[in-house]
Amino acid sequence: MAGIASGLFNSIFRRNYVFLSTVFLGAFAFEIAFDTTTDAIWNRINKGRQWKDIKHRYVQKPSEDEDDDDE
Amino acid sequence: MLAMPALRTVPARVVARQTLRKSTTRAASSSSSSTEATSSPFYTTLTASAATVVAIGSVAWYYHLYGREAFAMTPQEEGLHPTQYPWEHYRWVKTFDHQALRRGFQVYREVCSSCHSLKRIPYRSLVGTIATVDEMKALAEENEYDTEPNDEGEIEKRPGKLSDYIPSPYKNDEAARAANNGALPPDLSLMVKARHGGCNYIFSLLTGYPEEPPAGATVQSGLNFNPYFPGTGIAMARVLYDGLVEYEDGTPATASQMAKDVVEFLNWAAEPEMDNRKKMGMKVLTIGALLFALSVWVKRYKWSTVKTRQLVYNPPVGPKR
Ligand code: HEC
Repeated sequence: MAGIASGLFNSIFRRNYVFLSTVFLGAFAFEIAFDTTTDAIWNRINKGRQWKDIKHRYVQKPSEDEDDDDE
Repeated sequence: MLAMPALRTVPARVVARQTLRKSTTRAASSSSSSTEATSSPFYTTLTASAATVVAIGSVAWYYHLYGREAFAMTPQEEGLHPTQYPWEHYRWVKTFDHQALRRGFQVYREVCSSCHSLKRIPYRSLVGTIATVDEMKALAEENEYDTEPNDEGEIEKRPGKLSDYIPSPYKNDEAARAANNGALPPDLSLMVKARHGGCNYIFSLLTGYPEEPPAGATVQSGLNFNPYFPGTGIAMARVLYDGLVEYEDGTPATASQMAKDVVEFLNWAAEPEMDNRKKMGMKVLTIGALLFALSVWVKRYKWSTVKTRQLVYNPPVGPKR
Protein backbone atom coordinates (compact mmCIF):
# COMPACT_ATOMS: atom_id res chain seq x y z
CA MET A 1 0.00 0.00 0.00
CA ALA A 2 2.69 2.40 0.99
CA GLY A 3 4.60 1.42 -2.12
CA ILE A 4 1.62 2.18 -4.32
CA ALA A 5 1.00 5.49 -2.56
CA SER A 6 4.55 6.68 -2.85
CA GLY A 7 4.69 5.44 -6.43
CA LEU A 8 1.56 7.43 -7.21
CA PHE A 9 2.97 10.44 -5.50
CA ASN A 10 6.26 10.32 -7.32
CA SER A 11 4.77 9.61 -10.72
CA ILE A 12 1.75 11.92 -10.70
CA PHE A 13 1.27 14.28 -7.80
CA ARG A 14 4.82 15.48 -7.33
CA ARG A 15 4.85 17.72 -10.41
CA ASN A 16 1.82 19.86 -11.01
CA TYR A 17 2.03 19.76 -14.82
CA VAL A 18 2.01 15.98 -14.70
CA PHE A 19 -0.91 16.02 -12.31
CA LEU A 20 -2.90 18.46 -14.45
CA SER A 21 -2.20 16.57 -17.68
CA THR A 22 -3.26 13.35 -15.98
CA VAL A 23 -6.55 14.95 -15.00
CA PHE A 24 -7.24 16.21 -18.50
CA LEU A 25 -6.12 13.11 -20.35
CA GLY A 26 -7.97 10.96 -17.87
CA ALA A 27 -11.16 12.92 -18.48
CA PHE A 28 -10.83 12.49 -22.25
CA ALA A 29 -9.98 8.83 -21.97
CA PHE A 30 -12.85 8.15 -19.61
CA GLU A 31 -15.32 10.02 -21.79
CA ILE A 32 -14.28 8.14 -24.90
CA ALA A 33 -14.37 4.78 -23.16
CA PHE A 34 -17.68 5.50 -21.45
CA ASP A 35 -19.37 6.76 -24.61
CA THR A 36 -18.13 3.83 -26.64
CA THR A 37 -19.44 1.26 -24.19
CA THR A 38 -22.78 2.95 -23.51
CA ASP A 39 -23.35 3.52 -27.23
CA ALA A 40 -22.62 -0.14 -27.86
CA ILE A 41 -25.08 -1.18 -25.17
CA TRP A 42 -27.65 1.25 -26.54
CA ASN A 43 -27.28 -0.04 -30.07
CA ARG A 44 -27.59 -3.59 -28.82
CA ILE A 45 -30.81 -2.83 -26.93
CA ASN A 46 -32.25 -1.03 -29.95
CA LYS A 47 -30.96 -3.34 -32.62
CA GLY A 48 -32.99 -3.05 -35.80
CA ARG A 49 -34.96 -0.03 -34.60
CA GLN A 50 -32.63 2.83 -35.51
CA TRP A 51 -32.18 4.48 -38.86
CA LYS A 52 -28.63 3.22 -39.23
CA ASP A 53 -29.96 -0.34 -39.04
CA ILE A 54 -32.41 0.10 -41.91
CA LYS A 55 -30.56 2.74 -43.93
CA HIS A 56 -28.90 0.18 -46.22
CA ARG A 57 -32.32 -0.74 -47.64
CA TYR A 58 -32.81 2.74 -49.03
CA VAL A 59 -29.39 4.12 -49.86
CA GLN A 60 -28.60 3.53 -53.50
CA LYS A 61 -24.85 3.93 -53.54
CA PRO A 62 -23.13 0.60 -52.79
CA SER A 63 -20.19 2.36 -51.13
CA GLU A 64 -22.47 3.46 -48.27
CA ASP A 65 -23.56 -0.13 -47.80
CA GLU A 66 -20.10 -1.23 -46.75
CA ASP A 67 -19.70 0.95 -43.68
CA ASP A 68 -22.89 -0.47 -42.24
CA ASP A 69 -21.55 -3.61 -40.63
CA ASP A 70 -24.46 -4.25 -38.30
CA GLU A 71 -25.84 -7.16 -40.22
CA MET B 1 -19.20 23.04 52.57
CA LEU B 2 -20.16 26.68 52.63
CA ALA B 3 -23.24 26.09 54.81
CA MET B 4 -21.25 24.28 57.46
CA PRO B 5 -19.94 27.29 59.44
CA ALA B 6 -23.40 28.96 59.48
CA LEU B 7 -25.06 25.83 60.73
CA ARG B 8 -22.61 25.47 63.48
CA THR B 9 -23.59 28.85 65.01
CA VAL B 10 -27.34 28.15 64.88
CA PRO B 11 -28.83 26.31 67.90
CA ALA B 12 -29.77 22.74 67.29
CA ARG B 13 -33.46 23.39 68.01
CA VAL B 14 -33.86 25.84 65.21
CA VAL B 15 -32.16 23.47 62.83
CA ALA B 16 -34.55 20.74 63.78
CA ARG B 17 -37.57 23.00 63.25
CA GLN B 18 -36.28 24.14 59.93
CA THR B 19 -35.80 20.61 58.71
CA LEU B 20 -39.26 19.76 59.91
CA ARG B 21 -40.82 22.68 58.05
CA LYS B 22 -38.85 21.90 54.98
CA SER B 23 -40.07 18.35 54.98
CA THR B 24 -43.72 19.37 55.48
CA THR B 25 -43.61 21.95 52.71
CA ARG B 26 -41.99 19.43 50.47
CA ALA B 27 -44.73 16.97 51.28
CA ALA B 28 -47.39 19.58 50.66
CA SER B 29 -45.91 20.67 47.39
CA SER B 30 -45.49 17.11 46.24
CA SER B 31 -49.07 16.30 47.13
CA SER B 32 -50.39 19.38 45.34
CA SER B 33 -48.32 18.55 42.26
CA SER B 34 -49.65 15.02 42.35
CA THR B 35 -53.25 16.31 42.32
CA GLU B 36 -52.29 18.50 39.35
CA ALA B 37 -50.75 15.47 37.74
CA THR B 38 -54.02 13.57 38.04
CA SER B 39 -56.29 16.45 37.02
CA SER B 40 -54.38 18.15 34.19
CA PRO B 41 -54.30 15.22 31.66
CA PHE B 42 -58.08 15.17 31.67
CA TYR B 43 -58.41 18.79 30.56
CA THR B 44 -55.46 18.80 28.22
CA THR B 45 -56.60 15.58 26.60
CA LEU B 46 -60.08 16.96 26.17
CA THR B 47 -58.87 20.26 24.70
CA ALA B 48 -56.34 18.57 22.44
CA SER B 49 -58.93 16.08 21.22
CA ALA B 50 -61.48 18.81 20.59
CA ALA B 51 -58.91 20.91 18.72
CA THR B 52 -57.91 17.91 16.64
CA VAL B 53 -61.51 17.10 15.81
CA VAL B 54 -62.18 20.71 14.84
CA ALA B 55 -59.02 20.86 12.72
CA ILE B 56 -59.73 17.61 10.88
CA GLY B 57 -63.37 18.53 10.55
CA SER B 58 -62.68 21.91 9.01
CA VAL B 59 -60.16 20.44 6.60
CA ALA B 60 -62.67 17.78 5.60
CA TRP B 61 -65.41 20.36 5.23
CA TYR B 62 -63.19 22.64 3.16
CA TYR B 63 -62.10 19.73 0.97
CA HIS B 64 -65.70 18.67 0.59
CA LEU B 65 -66.64 22.17 -0.56
CA TYR B 66 -63.68 23.23 -2.67
CA GLY B 67 -61.11 20.46 -2.77
CA ARG B 68 -62.63 17.92 -5.08
CA GLU B 69 -62.26 18.05 -8.81
CA ALA B 70 -65.35 19.54 -10.35
CA PHE B 71 -66.72 17.14 -12.91
CA ALA B 72 -68.98 19.46 -14.77
CA MET B 73 -68.90 17.26 -17.83
CA THR B 74 -70.94 14.18 -18.37
CA PRO B 75 -69.02 11.01 -19.23
CA GLN B 76 -70.14 11.54 -22.81
CA GLU B 77 -68.59 15.00 -22.91
CA GLU B 78 -65.48 13.62 -21.25
CA GLY B 79 -65.01 10.97 -23.89
CA LEU B 80 -64.07 7.34 -23.43
CA HIS B 81 -60.64 7.01 -21.88
CA PRO B 82 -58.25 5.41 -24.35
CA THR B 83 -56.89 1.92 -23.88
CA GLN B 84 -53.31 1.73 -22.62
CA TYR B 85 -51.30 0.01 -25.31
CA PRO B 86 -47.81 -1.41 -24.69
CA TRP B 87 -45.97 0.98 -27.02
CA GLU B 88 -42.47 -0.29 -27.46
CA HIS B 89 -41.07 3.20 -27.89
CA TYR B 90 -42.62 4.33 -24.57
CA ARG B 91 -40.08 2.22 -22.70
CA TRP B 92 -37.15 3.88 -21.00
CA VAL B 93 -34.32 2.69 -23.19
CA LYS B 94 -36.14 2.12 -26.48
CA THR B 95 -35.86 4.35 -29.51
CA PHE B 96 -38.54 4.84 -32.10
CA ASP B 97 -38.81 1.98 -34.55
CA HIS B 98 -37.61 3.89 -37.58
CA GLN B 99 -39.07 1.42 -40.03
CA ALA B 100 -42.45 2.16 -38.43
CA LEU B 101 -41.73 5.90 -38.66
CA ARG B 102 -41.13 5.48 -42.36
CA ARG B 103 -44.43 3.66 -42.80
CA GLY B 104 -46.14 6.25 -40.63
CA PHE B 105 -44.79 9.06 -42.78
CA GLN B 106 -46.15 7.27 -45.82
CA VAL B 107 -49.58 7.06 -44.16
CA TYR B 108 -49.42 10.74 -43.26
CA ARG B 109 -48.50 11.68 -46.82
CA GLU B 110 -51.07 9.48 -48.50
CA VAL B 111 -53.98 9.95 -46.07
CA CYS B 112 -53.77 12.67 -43.45
CA SER B 113 -51.91 15.31 -45.46
CA SER B 114 -54.97 16.05 -47.58
CA CYS B 115 -56.55 17.70 -44.53
CA HIS B 116 -53.91 18.09 -41.80
CA SER B 117 -50.81 20.26 -41.96
CA LEU B 118 -47.48 19.30 -40.39
CA LYS B 119 -46.09 22.79 -40.27
CA ARG B 120 -43.22 22.29 -37.87
CA ILE B 121 -41.46 19.53 -39.76
CA PRO B 122 -38.91 20.52 -42.41
CA TYR B 123 -37.71 17.97 -44.95
CA ARG B 124 -34.22 18.13 -43.53
CA SER B 125 -35.35 16.68 -40.20
CA LEU B 126 -36.57 13.57 -42.00
CA VAL B 127 -33.16 13.02 -43.52
CA GLY B 128 -31.20 10.52 -41.51
CA THR B 129 -34.16 9.50 -39.38
CA ILE B 130 -36.82 8.41 -41.83
CA ALA B 131 -35.48 8.83 -45.35
CA THR B 132 -32.30 9.43 -47.29
CA VAL B 133 -31.12 12.78 -48.59
CA ASP B 134 -31.95 11.88 -52.18
CA GLU B 135 -35.48 10.76 -51.33
CA MET B 136 -36.20 13.93 -49.40
CA LYS B 137 -34.68 16.20 -52.04
CA ALA B 138 -36.93 14.56 -54.62
CA LEU B 139 -39.95 14.92 -52.35
CA ALA B 140 -39.20 18.57 -51.61
CA GLU B 141 -38.84 19.37 -55.29
CA GLU B 142 -42.36 18.12 -55.96
CA ASN B 143 -43.67 21.23 -54.19
CA GLU B 144 -43.34 24.89 -55.07
CA TYR B 145 -42.40 27.58 -52.61
CA ASP B 146 -42.32 31.36 -52.75
CA THR B 147 -39.00 32.96 -53.56
CA GLU B 148 -37.67 36.15 -52.06
CA PRO B 149 -38.97 39.22 -53.95
CA ASN B 150 -36.90 39.72 -57.12
CA ASP B 151 -35.64 43.06 -58.53
CA GLU B 152 -39.15 44.06 -59.62
CA GLY B 153 -40.60 43.04 -56.24
CA GLU B 154 -42.35 40.05 -57.72
CA ILE B 155 -42.51 36.86 -55.72
CA GLU B 156 -41.90 33.87 -57.93
CA LYS B 157 -42.12 30.15 -57.38
CA ARG B 158 -39.19 27.82 -56.93
CA PRO B 159 -38.97 24.09 -56.28
CA GLY B 160 -38.67 23.07 -52.65
CA LYS B 161 -35.39 22.51 -50.85
CA LEU B 162 -34.44 20.39 -47.85
CA SER B 163 -34.72 23.41 -45.58
CA ASP B 164 -38.38 23.98 -46.53
CA TYR B 165 -41.19 22.90 -44.28
CA ILE B 166 -43.78 20.34 -45.29
CA PRO B 167 -46.50 22.27 -47.12
CA SER B 168 -49.96 22.64 -45.64
CA PRO B 169 -52.99 21.38 -47.55
CA TYR B 170 -54.84 24.68 -47.21
CA LYS B 171 -53.78 28.29 -47.70
CA ASN B 172 -55.04 29.29 -44.24
CA ASP B 173 -57.34 28.19 -41.44
CA GLU B 174 -60.39 29.76 -43.04
CA ALA B 175 -59.88 27.77 -46.22
CA ALA B 176 -59.40 24.65 -44.11
CA ARG B 177 -62.66 25.27 -42.27
CA ALA B 178 -64.53 26.02 -45.45
CA ALA B 179 -63.44 22.72 -46.93
CA ASN B 180 -64.34 20.70 -43.82
CA ASN B 181 -67.89 21.76 -42.87
CA GLY B 182 -66.57 24.51 -40.62
CA ALA B 183 -64.29 22.21 -38.61
CA LEU B 184 -60.58 22.95 -38.57
CA PRO B 185 -58.32 19.93 -38.99
CA PRO B 186 -55.65 20.78 -36.40
CA ASP B 187 -51.96 20.80 -37.19
CA LEU B 188 -50.51 17.40 -36.31
CA SER B 189 -46.90 18.40 -35.53
CA LEU B 190 -47.42 18.46 -31.78
CA MET B 191 -50.68 16.53 -31.61
CA VAL B 192 -49.27 13.69 -29.50
CA LYS B 193 -48.20 16.16 -26.84
CA ALA B 194 -51.37 18.20 -27.14
CA ARG B 195 -53.88 15.54 -26.15
CA HIS B 196 -54.34 13.65 -22.91
CA GLY B 197 -53.44 10.04 -23.52
CA GLY B 198 -50.97 10.90 -26.29
CA CYS B 199 -50.38 7.94 -28.59
CA ASN B 200 -53.08 5.86 -26.92
CA TYR B 201 -55.69 8.54 -27.55
CA ILE B 202 -54.89 9.10 -31.20
CA PHE B 203 -54.66 5.38 -31.89
CA SER B 204 -57.99 4.80 -30.15
CA LEU B 205 -59.52 7.72 -32.02
CA LEU B 206 -58.39 6.52 -35.42
CA THR B 207 -59.46 2.92 -34.86
CA GLY B 208 -62.46 3.62 -32.62
CA TYR B 209 -65.15 4.49 -35.17
CA PRO B 210 -68.02 2.00 -34.77
CA GLU B 211 -69.92 0.73 -37.82
CA GLU B 212 -72.84 2.80 -36.67
CA PRO B 213 -73.53 4.91 -33.59
CA PRO B 214 -74.94 2.93 -30.65
CA ALA B 215 -78.69 3.00 -30.03
CA GLY B 216 -79.76 6.20 -28.33
CA ALA B 217 -76.71 8.25 -29.31
CA THR B 218 -77.50 11.46 -31.09
CA VAL B 219 -75.06 12.52 -33.77
CA GLN B 220 -75.33 15.95 -35.33
CA SER B 221 -75.50 16.01 -39.07
CA GLY B 222 -72.02 16.45 -40.54
CA LEU B 223 -70.43 14.82 -37.50
CA ASN B 224 -69.35 11.24 -36.96
CA PHE B 225 -69.71 9.16 -33.84
CA ASN B 226 -66.48 8.35 -32.02
CA PRO B 227 -66.64 7.41 -28.34
CA TYR B 228 -63.04 8.52 -27.68
CA PHE B 229 -63.56 12.09 -28.91
CA PRO B 230 -64.80 14.37 -26.12
CA GLY B 231 -68.45 14.94 -26.94
CA THR B 232 -68.46 11.87 -29.20
CA GLY B 233 -69.32 13.87 -32.32
CA ILE B 234 -66.20 14.46 -34.44
CA ALA B 235 -66.00 16.26 -37.75
CA MET B 236 -63.34 13.89 -39.06
CA ALA B 237 -64.86 10.79 -40.55
CA ARG B 238 -63.19 7.41 -40.32
CA VAL B 239 -60.17 7.58 -42.63
CA LEU B 240 -58.26 4.34 -42.14
CA TYR B 241 -59.57 1.22 -43.85
CA ASP B 242 -57.70 -2.04 -44.39
CA GLY B 243 -55.47 -1.90 -47.44
CA LEU B 244 -55.70 1.86 -47.92
CA VAL B 245 -52.00 2.28 -48.54
CA GLU B 246 -49.50 -0.13 -49.95
CA TYR B 247 -46.43 -0.30 -47.75
CA GLU B 248 -43.14 -0.42 -49.62
CA ASP B 249 -41.71 -2.89 -47.10
CA GLY B 250 -44.57 -5.35 -47.60
CA THR B 251 -46.15 -4.96 -44.16
CA PRO B 252 -49.86 -5.80 -44.42
CA ALA B 253 -51.65 -2.45 -44.29
CA THR B 254 -54.45 -3.21 -41.86
CA ALA B 255 -56.28 -0.26 -40.35
CA SER B 256 -54.70 -0.81 -36.95
CA GLN B 257 -51.23 -1.23 -38.46
CA MET B 258 -51.58 2.08 -40.28
CA ALA B 259 -52.95 3.76 -37.15
CA LYS B 260 -50.05 2.45 -35.08
CA ASP B 261 -47.48 3.57 -37.64
CA VAL B 262 -48.92 7.03 -38.15
CA VAL B 263 -49.25 7.54 -34.40
CA GLU B 264 -45.63 6.59 -33.85
CA PHE B 265 -44.69 8.94 -36.66
CA LEU B 266 -46.68 11.75 -35.06
CA ASN B 267 -44.95 11.00 -31.76
CA TRP B 268 -41.65 11.42 -33.56
CA ALA B 269 -42.88 14.68 -35.06
CA ALA B 270 -43.75 15.96 -31.60
CA GLU B 271 -40.58 14.67 -29.95
CA PRO B 272 -37.87 14.27 -32.58
CA GLU B 273 -35.27 14.46 -29.82
CA MET B 274 -36.61 11.44 -27.98
CA ASP B 275 -34.00 8.88 -29.12
CA ASN B 276 -31.12 11.10 -28.09
CA ARG B 277 -32.83 12.25 -24.94
CA LYS B 278 -33.27 8.68 -23.73
CA LYS B 279 -29.72 7.75 -24.65
CA MET B 280 -28.40 10.78 -22.80
CA GLY B 281 -30.68 9.96 -19.88
CA MET B 282 -29.23 6.47 -19.68
CA LYS B 283 -25.71 7.90 -19.59
CA VAL B 284 -26.58 10.54 -17.02
CA LEU B 285 -28.19 7.98 -14.73
CA THR B 286 -25.17 5.69 -15.04
CA ILE B 287 -22.69 8.43 -14.22
CA GLY B 288 -24.99 9.73 -11.52
CA ALA B 289 -25.15 6.30 -9.89
CA LEU B 290 -21.37 6.01 -9.99
CA LEU B 291 -20.87 9.43 -8.45
CA PHE B 292 -23.49 8.72 -5.82
CA ALA B 293 -21.79 5.49 -4.83
CA LEU B 294 -18.49 7.34 -4.72
CA SER B 295 -19.88 10.08 -2.51
CA VAL B 296 -21.37 7.52 -0.12
CA TRP B 297 -17.98 5.85 0.09
CA VAL B 298 -16.18 9.16 0.72
CA LYS B 299 -18.64 10.07 3.43
CA ARG B 300 -18.17 6.77 5.20
CA TYR B 301 -14.42 7.08 4.83
CA LYS B 302 -14.30 10.56 6.28
CA TRP B 303 -16.67 9.76 9.12
CA SER B 304 -15.08 6.47 10.05
CA THR B 305 -12.72 8.15 12.55
CA VAL B 306 -15.59 10.06 14.10
CA LYS B 307 -17.85 7.02 14.25
CA THR B 308 -15.31 4.63 15.72
CA ARG B 309 -13.64 6.88 18.27
CA GLN B 310 -14.36 6.40 21.92
CA LEU B 311 -14.84 9.25 24.38
CA VAL B 312 -13.80 8.36 27.91
CA TYR B 313 -14.51 10.71 30.82
CA ASN B 314 -12.26 10.23 33.79
CA PRO B 315 -13.62 12.37 36.64
CA PRO B 316 -10.89 13.94 38.82
CA VAL B 317 -10.38 11.85 41.91
CA GLY B 318 -11.36 13.97 44.96
CA PRO B 319 -10.50 13.47 48.63
CA LYS B 320 -12.43 10.75 50.43
CA ARG B 321 -15.27 11.97 52.69
C1 HEC C 1 -61.05 14.48 -44.67
C2 HEC C 1 -60.12 15.26 -43.96
C3 HEC C 1 -59.31 14.56 -42.87
C4 HEC C 1 -58.40 13.54 -43.01
C5 HEC C 1 -58.02 12.80 -44.27
C6 HEC C 1 -57.87 13.30 -41.72
N1 HEC C 1 -58.44 14.15 -40.80
FE1 HEC C 1 -58.01 14.25 -38.86
N2 HEC C 1 -59.37 15.74 -38.60
C7 HEC C 1 -60.12 16.27 -39.61
C8 HEC C 1 -60.98 17.28 -39.05
C9 HEC C 1 -61.98 18.13 -39.83
C10 HEC C 1 -60.72 17.33 -37.67
C11 HEC C 1 -61.37 18.20 -36.60
C12 HEC C 1 -62.40 17.37 -35.88
C13 HEC C 1 -63.22 18.16 -34.90
O1 HEC C 1 -62.70 19.12 -34.34
O2 HEC C 1 -64.38 17.80 -34.71
C14 HEC C 1 -59.68 16.34 -37.43
C15 HEC C 1 -59.13 16.08 -36.18
C16 HEC C 1 -58.09 15.23 -35.97
C17 HEC C 1 -57.42 15.05 -34.69
C18 HEC C 1 -57.71 15.81 -33.42
C19 HEC C 1 -58.77 15.19 -32.57
C20 HEC C 1 -58.92 15.98 -31.31
O3 HEC C 1 -58.79 15.41 -30.24
O4 HEC C 1 -59.12 17.20 -31.40
C21 HEC C 1 -56.44 14.13 -34.88
C22 HEC C 1 -55.46 13.60 -33.84
C23 HEC C 1 -56.51 13.71 -36.25
N3 HEC C 1 -57.50 14.41 -36.88
C24 HEC C 1 -55.65 12.80 -36.81
C25 HEC C 1 -55.72 12.41 -38.12
C26 HEC C 1 -54.80 11.45 -38.70
C27 HEC C 1 -53.67 10.76 -37.96
C28 HEC C 1 -55.16 11.31 -40.00
C29 HEC C 1 -54.52 10.41 -41.04
C30 HEC C 1 -54.57 9.01 -40.76
C31 HEC C 1 -56.28 12.21 -40.24
N4 HEC C 1 -56.58 12.85 -39.07
C32 HEC C 1 -56.90 12.35 -41.45
C33 HEC C 1 -60.09 15.94 -40.94
C34 HEC C 1 -59.31 14.94 -41.47
